[in-house]
Amino acid sequence: MQTSTMTDAMRPPYPAEPGAGVYSNKLGMWVFLASDVMFFTALIGSYIVLRFGMPTQWAQPGAVLNVPLTGLNTFLLICSSVSMVKAYAAIADGKKYFLRKVPGQRLQDGGLKFWLLITIICGAGFVSVQLVEYVKLVGHGFTPSGYREGSLLAEHALADPVKYGAGVAGMYGSTFFTMTGFHGFHVTCGVISMLYLYFTKVLPEKYSPQDYRGIEVIGLYWHFVDLVWIILFTIVYLI
Amino acid sequence: MTTPTPATTTHVRPNYMLIWLYLFVMTIAEVLLAFELPVSRNLKLILLLILAIWKALLVALFFMHLKFERWRLRLIFIVPLPLAAILVTAVIMEKVW
Repeated sequence: MQTSTMTDAMRPPYPAEPGAGVYSNKLGMWVFLASDVMFFTALIGSYIVLRFGMPTQWAQPGAVLNVPLTGLNTFLLICSSVSMVKAYAAIADGKKYFLRKVPGQRLQDGGLKFWLLITIICGAGFVSVQLVEYVKLVGHGFTPSGYREGSLLAEHALADPVKYGAGVAGMYGSTFFTMTGFHGFHVTCGVISMLYLYFTKVLPEKYSPQDYRGIEVIGLYWHFVDLVWIILFTIVYLI
Repeated sequence: MTTPTPATTTHVRPNYMLIWLYLFVMTIAEVLLAFELPVSRNLKLILLLILAIWKALLVALFFMHLKFERWRLRLIFIVPLPLAAILVTAVIMEKVW
Protein backbone atom coordinates (compact mmCIF):
# COMPACT_ATOMS: atom_id res chain seq x y z
CA MET A 1 0.00 0.00 0.00
CA GLN A 2 1.19 3.48 -0.78
CA THR A 3 1.76 5.89 2.02
CA SER A 4 -0.02 8.88 0.48
CA THR A 5 -3.24 9.86 2.17
CA MET A 6 -6.52 10.81 0.63
CA THR A 7 -9.63 12.73 1.47
CA ASP A 8 -12.48 11.25 3.47
CA ALA A 9 -13.09 7.79 2.09
CA MET A 10 -12.11 8.63 -1.51
CA ARG A 11 -14.70 11.37 -1.72
CA PRO A 12 -14.11 14.76 -3.30
CA PRO A 13 -14.39 17.45 -0.61
CA TYR A 14 -17.84 18.48 -1.69
CA PRO A 15 -20.94 19.05 0.45
CA ALA A 16 -22.96 15.88 0.96
CA GLU A 17 -26.70 15.61 0.58
CA PRO A 18 -28.44 15.02 3.88
CA GLY A 19 -29.30 11.37 4.49
CA ALA A 20 -27.15 9.60 1.92
CA GLY A 21 -23.91 11.25 3.02
CA VAL A 22 -22.74 11.88 -0.55
CA TYR A 23 -23.36 14.59 -3.12
CA SER A 24 -26.40 14.15 -5.36
CA ASN A 25 -24.52 13.36 -8.62
CA LYS A 26 -22.78 10.41 -6.99
CA LEU A 27 -25.95 9.21 -5.29
CA GLY A 28 -27.73 9.38 -8.64
CA MET A 29 -25.02 7.30 -10.31
CA TRP A 30 -25.15 4.66 -7.55
CA VAL A 31 -28.94 4.40 -7.88
CA PHE A 32 -28.55 4.06 -11.65
CA LEU A 33 -25.91 1.35 -11.18
CA ALA A 34 -28.22 -0.50 -8.79
CA SER A 35 -30.91 -0.47 -11.48
CA ASP A 36 -28.33 -1.59 -14.05
CA VAL A 37 -27.47 -4.55 -11.80
CA MET A 38 -31.08 -5.69 -12.18
CA PHE A 39 -30.96 -5.09 -15.94
CA PHE A 40 -27.91 -7.28 -16.41
CA THR A 41 -29.31 -9.81 -13.93
CA ALA A 42 -32.34 -10.22 -16.18
CA LEU A 43 -30.05 -10.88 -19.16
CA ILE A 44 -27.62 -13.16 -17.34
CA GLY A 45 -30.43 -14.94 -15.47
CA SER A 46 -32.27 -15.65 -18.71
CA TYR A 47 -29.02 -16.97 -20.20
CA ILE A 48 -28.45 -19.30 -17.24
CA VAL A 49 -32.00 -20.62 -17.33
CA LEU A 50 -31.96 -21.13 -21.10
CA ARG A 51 -28.52 -22.68 -21.17
CA PHE A 52 -28.79 -25.09 -18.26
CA GLY A 53 -32.47 -25.84 -18.84
CA MET A 54 -31.81 -27.25 -22.30
CA PRO A 55 -31.66 -31.00 -22.72
CA THR A 56 -28.89 -30.62 -25.34
CA GLN A 57 -25.44 -29.10 -24.75
CA TRP A 58 -24.49 -25.64 -25.95
CA ALA A 59 -21.39 -25.10 -28.08
CA GLN A 60 -18.23 -25.95 -26.17
CA PRO A 61 -16.06 -23.03 -24.98
CA GLY A 62 -13.78 -21.88 -27.76
CA ALA A 63 -15.58 -23.83 -30.50
CA VAL A 64 -17.30 -20.79 -31.96
CA LEU A 65 -15.97 -17.77 -30.04
CA ASN A 66 -12.42 -16.45 -30.23
CA VAL A 67 -11.37 -16.74 -26.58
CA PRO A 68 -7.72 -15.51 -26.90
CA LEU A 69 -8.88 -12.34 -28.66
CA THR A 70 -11.59 -11.72 -26.08
CA GLY A 71 -9.15 -12.50 -23.27
CA LEU A 72 -6.95 -9.75 -24.67
CA ASN A 73 -9.98 -7.48 -24.85
CA THR A 74 -10.79 -8.26 -21.21
CA PHE A 75 -7.24 -7.27 -20.30
CA LEU A 76 -7.72 -4.02 -22.24
CA LEU A 77 -10.86 -3.20 -20.25
CA ILE A 78 -9.12 -4.01 -16.96
CA CYS A 79 -6.27 -1.67 -18.00
CA SER A 80 -8.82 1.05 -18.74
CA SER A 81 -10.27 0.61 -15.26
CA VAL A 82 -6.82 1.09 -13.73
CA SER A 83 -6.13 4.17 -15.84
CA MET A 84 -9.54 5.56 -14.81
CA VAL A 85 -8.74 5.18 -11.13
CA LYS A 86 -5.30 6.70 -11.76
CA ALA A 87 -7.04 9.69 -13.39
CA TYR A 88 -9.20 10.00 -10.29
CA ALA A 89 -6.18 9.83 -7.98
CA ALA A 90 -4.29 12.34 -10.17
CA ILE A 91 -6.95 15.05 -9.93
CA ALA A 92 -7.46 14.34 -6.22
CA ASP A 93 -3.74 15.15 -5.86
CA GLY A 94 -4.13 18.27 -8.01
CA LYS A 95 -2.30 16.86 -11.06
CA LYS A 96 -4.18 18.45 -13.94
CA TYR A 97 -1.31 18.17 -16.43
CA PHE A 98 -0.66 15.57 -19.15
CA LEU A 99 2.86 14.35 -18.34
CA ARG A 100 5.49 15.91 -16.13
CA LYS A 101 9.16 15.07 -15.75
CA VAL A 102 10.16 13.68 -12.37
CA PRO A 103 13.70 14.69 -11.36
CA GLY A 104 16.01 11.67 -11.26
CA GLN A 105 13.52 9.28 -12.91
CA ARG A 106 13.14 8.16 -16.51
CA LEU A 107 9.38 7.65 -16.36
CA GLN A 108 7.26 10.78 -16.41
CA ASP A 109 4.46 11.42 -13.96
CA GLY A 110 0.99 11.25 -15.54
CA GLY A 111 -1.77 13.66 -14.67
CA LEU A 112 -5.53 13.69 -15.23
CA LYS A 113 -5.22 14.54 -18.94
CA PHE A 114 -2.90 11.59 -19.55
CA TRP A 115 -4.77 8.92 -17.60
CA LEU A 116 -8.22 9.86 -18.89
CA LEU A 117 -6.93 9.81 -22.47
CA ILE A 118 -5.50 6.32 -21.86
CA THR A 119 -8.91 5.25 -20.51
CA ILE A 120 -10.69 6.61 -23.59
CA ILE A 121 -8.22 4.88 -25.93
CA CYS A 122 -8.57 1.53 -24.10
CA GLY A 123 -12.38 1.85 -24.07
CA ALA A 124 -12.50 2.68 -27.78
CA GLY A 125 -10.08 -0.20 -28.39
CA PHE A 126 -12.39 -2.59 -26.55
CA VAL A 127 -15.40 -1.57 -28.66
CA SER A 128 -13.33 -1.82 -31.85
CA VAL A 129 -12.12 -5.33 -31.04
CA GLN A 130 -15.69 -6.35 -30.20
CA LEU A 131 -16.88 -5.01 -33.55
CA VAL A 132 -14.11 -6.92 -35.35
CA GLU A 133 -15.17 -10.05 -33.46
CA TYR A 134 -18.81 -9.54 -34.48
CA VAL A 135 -17.87 -9.06 -38.14
CA LYS A 136 -15.73 -12.22 -38.09
CA LEU A 137 -18.41 -14.25 -36.32
CA VAL A 138 -21.11 -13.17 -38.74
CA GLY A 139 -18.68 -13.84 -41.61
CA HIS A 140 -18.19 -17.39 -40.33
CA GLY A 141 -21.96 -17.82 -40.13
CA PHE A 142 -22.69 -17.15 -36.43
CA THR A 143 -25.68 -14.79 -36.32
CA PRO A 144 -28.28 -13.89 -33.65
CA SER A 145 -30.54 -16.52 -35.20
CA GLY A 146 -27.93 -19.30 -35.09
CA TYR A 147 -25.63 -20.75 -37.73
CA ARG A 148 -26.38 -19.36 -41.19
CA GLU A 149 -27.27 -22.05 -43.69
CA GLY A 150 -24.38 -22.98 -45.96
CA SER A 151 -21.83 -21.18 -43.79
CA LEU A 152 -18.56 -22.58 -42.47
CA LEU A 153 -19.97 -22.94 -38.95
CA ALA A 154 -23.11 -24.67 -40.21
CA GLU A 155 -20.89 -27.25 -41.92
CA HIS A 156 -18.84 -27.73 -38.76
CA ALA A 157 -22.05 -28.09 -36.73
CA LEU A 158 -23.28 -30.78 -39.11
CA ALA A 159 -20.01 -32.69 -38.77
CA ASP A 160 -19.80 -32.33 -34.97
CA PRO A 161 -23.21 -31.34 -33.53
CA VAL A 162 -22.14 -31.85 -29.90
CA LYS A 163 -19.07 -29.60 -30.05
CA TYR A 164 -20.93 -26.82 -31.86
CA GLY A 165 -24.24 -27.21 -30.02
CA ALA A 166 -26.15 -27.57 -33.26
CA GLY A 167 -29.51 -28.15 -31.55
CA VAL A 168 -29.53 -24.84 -29.68
CA ALA A 169 -27.53 -22.60 -32.01
CA GLY A 170 -30.36 -20.08 -32.38
CA MET A 171 -30.66 -19.58 -28.64
CA TYR A 172 -26.88 -19.44 -28.30
CA GLY A 173 -26.64 -16.74 -30.95
CA SER A 174 -29.47 -14.61 -29.61
CA THR A 175 -28.27 -14.68 -25.98
CA PHE A 176 -24.64 -14.07 -26.98
CA PHE A 177 -25.36 -11.06 -29.16
CA THR A 178 -27.92 -9.61 -26.72
CA MET A 179 -25.65 -9.78 -23.67
CA THR A 180 -22.41 -8.70 -25.32
CA GLY A 181 -24.26 -6.15 -27.45
CA PHE A 182 -25.87 -4.43 -24.47
CA HIS A 183 -22.53 -4.43 -22.68
CA GLY A 184 -20.85 -2.97 -25.77
CA PHE A 185 -23.54 -0.29 -25.85
CA HIS A 186 -22.70 0.59 -22.23
CA VAL A 187 -18.99 0.81 -23.09
CA THR A 188 -19.75 3.02 -26.10
CA CYS A 189 -21.87 5.36 -23.94
CA GLY A 190 -18.99 5.51 -21.43
CA VAL A 191 -16.43 6.37 -24.13
CA ILE A 192 -18.68 9.12 -25.56
CA SER A 193 -19.28 10.55 -22.07
CA MET A 194 -15.55 10.54 -21.31
CA LEU A 195 -14.77 12.22 -24.63
CA TYR A 196 -17.32 14.92 -23.79
CA LEU A 197 -15.77 15.44 -20.35
CA TYR A 198 -12.27 15.43 -21.81
CA PHE A 199 -12.94 18.26 -24.24
CA THR A 200 -15.32 20.35 -22.14
CA LYS A 201 -13.88 19.95 -18.64
CA VAL A 202 -10.51 18.20 -18.53
CA LEU A 203 -8.62 20.05 -21.28
CA PRO A 204 -9.89 23.49 -20.11
CA GLU A 205 -8.77 22.43 -16.59
CA LYS A 206 -12.16 22.96 -14.97
CA TYR A 207 -11.58 20.18 -12.43
CA SER A 208 -9.62 20.86 -9.29
CA PRO A 209 -8.80 18.97 -6.07
CA GLN A 210 -11.74 20.84 -4.55
CA ASP A 211 -14.28 19.66 -7.13
CA TYR A 212 -13.79 16.66 -9.41
CA ARG A 213 -17.24 15.15 -9.13
CA GLY A 214 -17.52 14.46 -12.87
CA ILE A 215 -14.42 12.27 -12.81
CA GLU A 216 -15.63 10.30 -9.80
CA VAL A 217 -19.11 9.75 -11.25
CA ILE A 218 -17.93 8.66 -14.72
CA GLY A 219 -15.32 6.52 -12.97
CA LEU A 220 -18.02 4.65 -11.04
CA TYR A 221 -19.88 3.97 -14.28
CA TRP A 222 -16.71 2.81 -16.02
CA HIS A 223 -15.67 0.43 -13.25
CA PHE A 224 -19.17 -1.02 -13.20
CA VAL A 225 -18.95 -1.71 -16.94
CA ASP A 226 -15.63 -3.47 -16.28
CA LEU A 227 -17.17 -5.46 -13.43
CA VAL A 228 -20.06 -6.65 -15.62
CA TRP A 229 -17.63 -7.72 -18.36
CA ILE A 230 -15.61 -9.77 -15.87
CA ILE A 231 -18.76 -11.79 -15.13
CA LEU A 232 -19.87 -11.95 -18.79
CA PHE A 233 -16.45 -13.11 -19.99
CA THR A 234 -16.53 -16.03 -17.59
CA ILE A 235 -20.07 -17.21 -18.17
CA VAL A 236 -20.27 -16.59 -21.93
CA TYR A 237 -16.76 -17.41 -23.13
CA LEU A 238 -15.22 -19.77 -20.59
CA ILE A 239 -18.04 -21.94 -19.22
CA MET B 1 -24.62 26.44 -3.15
CA THR B 2 -22.54 26.10 -0.03
CA THR B 3 -18.77 26.31 -0.10
CA PRO B 4 -17.03 22.94 -0.25
CA THR B 5 -15.51 22.00 3.05
CA PRO B 6 -12.34 19.91 3.15
CA ALA B 7 -12.78 16.45 4.63
CA THR B 8 -11.04 15.73 7.87
CA THR B 9 -10.42 11.96 8.09
CA THR B 10 -7.69 10.32 6.06
CA HIS B 11 -7.28 6.86 4.53
CA VAL B 12 -4.37 5.08 2.89
CA ARG B 13 -4.81 4.98 -0.89
CA PRO B 14 -4.91 1.41 -2.27
CA ASN B 15 -2.07 0.27 -4.50
CA TYR B 16 -4.00 0.29 -7.78
CA MET B 17 -1.18 -1.29 -9.78
CA LEU B 18 -1.08 -4.26 -7.40
CA ILE B 19 -4.83 -4.77 -7.86
CA TRP B 20 -4.33 -4.51 -11.63
CA LEU B 21 -1.68 -7.26 -11.32
CA TYR B 22 -4.10 -9.47 -9.33
CA LEU B 23 -6.78 -8.98 -12.00
CA PHE B 24 -4.31 -9.75 -14.79
CA VAL B 25 -3.05 -12.93 -13.12
CA MET B 26 -6.58 -14.10 -12.34
CA THR B 27 -7.69 -13.53 -15.95
CA ILE B 28 -4.80 -15.68 -17.17
CA ALA B 29 -5.66 -18.28 -14.52
CA GLU B 30 -9.27 -18.33 -15.75
CA VAL B 31 -8.28 -18.95 -19.38
CA LEU B 32 -5.78 -21.65 -18.37
CA LEU B 33 -8.36 -23.29 -16.11
CA ALA B 34 -10.98 -23.27 -18.86
CA PHE B 35 -8.79 -24.74 -21.57
CA GLU B 36 -5.61 -26.28 -20.23
CA LEU B 37 -6.09 -27.81 -16.79
CA PRO B 38 -7.46 -31.36 -16.66
CA VAL B 39 -10.17 -30.91 -13.99
CA SER B 40 -13.77 -32.09 -13.95
CA ARG B 41 -16.43 -29.88 -15.54
CA ASN B 42 -18.24 -29.18 -12.26
CA LEU B 43 -15.05 -28.27 -10.41
CA LYS B 44 -14.02 -26.08 -13.35
CA LEU B 45 -17.42 -24.33 -13.23
CA ILE B 46 -17.13 -23.63 -9.50
CA LEU B 47 -13.52 -22.41 -9.73
CA LEU B 48 -14.28 -20.15 -12.69
CA LEU B 49 -17.25 -18.60 -10.87
CA ILE B 50 -15.16 -18.06 -7.72
CA LEU B 51 -12.43 -16.35 -9.77
CA ALA B 52 -14.99 -14.14 -11.57
CA ILE B 53 -16.67 -13.09 -8.31
CA TRP B 54 -13.27 -12.46 -6.70
CA LYS B 55 -12.24 -10.22 -9.61
CA ALA B 56 -15.57 -8.38 -9.55
CA LEU B 57 -15.18 -7.83 -5.80
CA LEU B 58 -11.68 -6.38 -6.27
CA VAL B 59 -13.06 -3.90 -8.82
CA ALA B 60 -16.03 -2.95 -6.63
CA LEU B 61 -14.08 -2.65 -3.38
CA PHE B 62 -10.93 -0.88 -4.59
CA PHE B 63 -11.66 0.78 -7.94
CA MET B 64 -15.23 1.83 -7.07
CA HIS B 65 -14.03 2.52 -3.52
CA LEU B 66 -16.88 0.62 -1.87
CA LYS B 67 -14.41 -0.49 0.78
CA PHE B 68 -14.05 3.11 1.88
CA GLU B 69 -17.70 4.18 1.58
CA ARG B 70 -20.30 4.53 4.28
CA TRP B 71 -22.65 1.60 4.82
CA ARG B 72 -25.62 3.65 3.67
CA LEU B 73 -24.08 3.94 0.22
CA ARG B 74 -22.84 0.33 0.14
CA LEU B 75 -26.42 -0.81 0.75
CA ILE B 76 -27.59 0.84 -2.49
CA PHE B 77 -25.29 -1.52 -4.38
CA ILE B 78 -25.73 -4.55 -2.13
CA VAL B 79 -29.54 -4.59 -1.92
CA PRO B 80 -30.14 -5.49 -5.60
CA LEU B 81 -27.82 -8.51 -5.32
CA PRO B 82 -30.13 -10.73 -3.19
CA LEU B 83 -33.03 -9.50 -5.34
CA ALA B 84 -31.06 -10.61 -8.39
CA ALA B 85 -30.44 -14.01 -6.78
CA ILE B 86 -34.17 -14.35 -5.98
CA LEU B 87 -35.07 -13.43 -9.57
CA VAL B 88 -32.73 -16.04 -11.07
CA THR B 89 -33.75 -18.71 -8.54
CA ALA B 90 -37.44 -18.06 -9.17
CA VAL B 91 -37.02 -18.42 -12.93
CA ILE B 92 -34.96 -21.60 -12.50
CA MET B 93 -37.64 -23.05 -10.18
CA GLU B 94 -40.28 -22.18 -12.76
CA LYS B 95 -38.29 -24.10 -15.34
CA VAL B 96 -37.64 -27.06 -13.02
CA TRP B 97 -41.25 -27.40 -11.90
